[in-house]
Amino acid sequence: MAFESLSEKLQNALSKLKGKGKLNEKDVDLAMREVKLALLEADVNFKVVKNFINDVKKRAVGSEVMNSLTPGQQVVKIVNDELTKLMGERESKINFSSSPPTIILMCGLQGAGKTTTAAKLSMSFKKQNRRPLLVACDIYRPAAIKQLEVVGEKAQVPVFSMGDKINPVDIAKAALEHGKKNGNDVIIIDTAGRLHIDEDLMAELENIKNVLNPEEVLLVVDSMTGQDAVNVAETFDEKLGITGVILTKLDGDARGGAALSIRAVTNKPIKFVAMGEKLEDLEPFHPDRMASRILGMGDVLTLIEKA
Amino acid sequence: EKTRKGMAEKIDSILKSYGKIDNGLFDELEEILVTSDVGINTTMDIIERLKTKVKENKVTEAIEVKELLKNEIKDILNEKEKDRELNIEPSPAIVLVVGVNGVGKTTTIGKLAYNLREEGKRVLIAAGDTFRAAAIEQLGEWSKRAGVDMIAHQENSDPAAVIFDGIQAAKARKTDVLICDTAGRLHNKKNLMNELNKIFRVVEREYGDARREVLLVVDATTGQNALIQAKEFQEVCNISGIVLTKLDGTAKGGVVIALQTELNVPVKLIGVGEGIEDLQKFNTDDFVDAIFD
Ligand SMILES: Nc1nc2c(ncn2[C@@H]2O[C@H](COP(=O)(O)OP(=O)(O)OP(=O)(O)O)[C@@H](O)[C@H]2O)c(=O)[nH]1
Ligand SMILES: Nc1nc2c(ncn2[C@@H]2O[C@H](COP(=O)(O)OP(=O)(O)OP(=O)(O)O)[C@@H](O)[C@H]2O)c(=O)[nH]1
Ligand SMILES: [Mg+2]
Ligand SMILES: [Mg+2]
Repeated sequence: MAFESLSEKLQNALSKLKGKGKLNEKDVDLAMREVKLALLEADVNFKVVKNFINDVKKRAVGSEVMNSLTPGQQVVKIVNDELTKLMGERESKINFSSSPPTIILMCGLQGAGKTTTAAKLSMSFKKQNRRPLLVACDIYRPAAIKQLEVVGEKAQVPVFSMGDKINPVDIAKAALEHGKKNGNDVIIIDTAGRLHIDEDLMAELENIKNVLNPEEVLLVVDSMTGQDAVNVAETFDEKLGITGVILTKLDGDARGGAALSIRAVTNKPIKFVAMGEKLEDLEPFHPDRMASRILGMGDVLTLIEKA
Repeated sequence: EKTRKGMAEKIDSILKSYGKIDNGLFDELEEILVTSDVGINTTMDIIERLKTKVKENKVTEAIEVKELLKNEIKDILNEKEKDRELNIEPSPAIVLVVGVNGVGKTTTIGKLAYNLREEGKRVLIAAGDTFRAAAIEQLGEWSKRAGVDMIAHQENSDPAAVIFDGIQAAKARKTDVLICDTAGRLHNKKNLMNELNKIFRVVEREYGDARREVLLVVDATTGQNALIQAKEFQEVCNISGIVLTKLDGTAKGGVVIALQTELNVPVKLIGVGEGIEDLQKFNTDDFVDAIFD
């Protein structure tokens, strides 16, 4: 990449400090300007960046510039630690109901990756010897049901559908009955993509939620999302009470600042990341990796750890 | 709607409360641009130019600055005003639609096929996405809605072969516009980008004399990654226009401002919904007004 990395920039900004003393407010301000630009370039929401920078400033002022590290790296470490903390310390798993079936409701904007991710989840459950069922509640998008059927077959997971003439709320109800009768212990509901400001479709989701009382309501978010991620996440959470987030398309090179934005406004954990179009491409979320990705650092951290 | 109105009121009240111009005002304007996904670098450039203009024109009231800023952005976008028409006249023409996963390529093709057919053109579409589950069925449904024929092979067949057949069919049927769908692909995947390259070689060889329009579809919700996307696609397939989709949401799509300056490729069409009539010509004034309203 042609860009100078954040740690290089910080290194330059703080070069005079090398190996001595503590960071004073002026040094920190200088460094934070670079951090702020990096976070904005990574699509972290403007307001989230502001708050984050203020928090980090407080911690950084007065902290020792360790001898083994150059000051720039010290600041990177502080920023990275705080970011990781904010993103949730550990990976967060699916909550299974104590009285199965466990119901998982997928939701999100158009094209985020709900249908693909639903199939990926179902396949991972199957590998855990569970008996998942996929449910086709997207009656709007052309060939959405067919798509779910195709990926369901690949995952070797049954798909419950009633065509596109029945109301999604009724489909959800019938699917629950069907699942109980057939001994399915996890039921995953695929829903149509919708805008958070589409009142009718958001009401439909609320109704589905009310009849199913799902264990998990997972918001699927495209990692390329920009500043609007906060509006989307906030509204979905307000209306539905999401229980977690799945970040898709991380096999791309987007820095994924949306992860931080969403975490900051909803305080809900990121449960999985999707890393490709194939059904195996679903991984648990690692807050530390996400933090260095957003900061655009990669290997620098491993260097710091070794130092 | 609520969100948009809230934003407009907020800006105007900010401007009123300022009265005279100071640095805080420029910070507020910077925030508006950044939160519209204009990107921090482009935003800082624009704000710098705005500051110069404010000095040059001896503007002293905050409320006038907003108009100056709007004009600044409109100037950037209008550099390409003449090229906004699709390059499809005279017939025959081929339109290739490319982009990363899930941005709205297939839907845009449905809408575009419908619009062109309504204009009285003979339109054919080719199902060049043989990879995604039910992509062919999805495009098939759109071809029905738009009332145009579709050339398709089986799932997992060679996309270049589908485009080849599409071209032969277009020639035989004296089609005015052949529109080709392609699978969503991330620009950082070498093998998938090479596959696109192969499609373009077929077009070059078989339909070199046809007008060519290569549309990159960009989701308005996308942040700064759109810049890298556009550059990488540009390298492989010489994009000639951008379609900005999902503008019916709350995202402003500000990244296209940087796109247009850096790549010199105009935004030609916008998607404003999932219905067949929800495709419009890009209009600079409306777009810029929406950032501030
Ligand atoms: N590269 C990549 N592509 C993905 C990933 N997840 C999903 N996709 C692709 O993104 C596109 C959209 O995925 P879908 O699963 O159809 O998304 P959706 O949210 O169900 O879309 P709608 O139902 O239309 O709202 C498809 O081309 C998928 O193959 C991922 O992790 N990486
Ligand atoms: N709200 C809104 N949704 C749109 C618009 N354009 C497309 N969509 C929706 O976005 C989702 C993805 O659209 P597709 O046309 O399948 O996107 P694609 O780029 O062909 O996706 P892949 O082939 O999987 O890469 C669908 O749910 C569409 O209905 C738009 O302008 N506004
Ligand atoms: Mg879907
Ligand atoms: Mg498609």
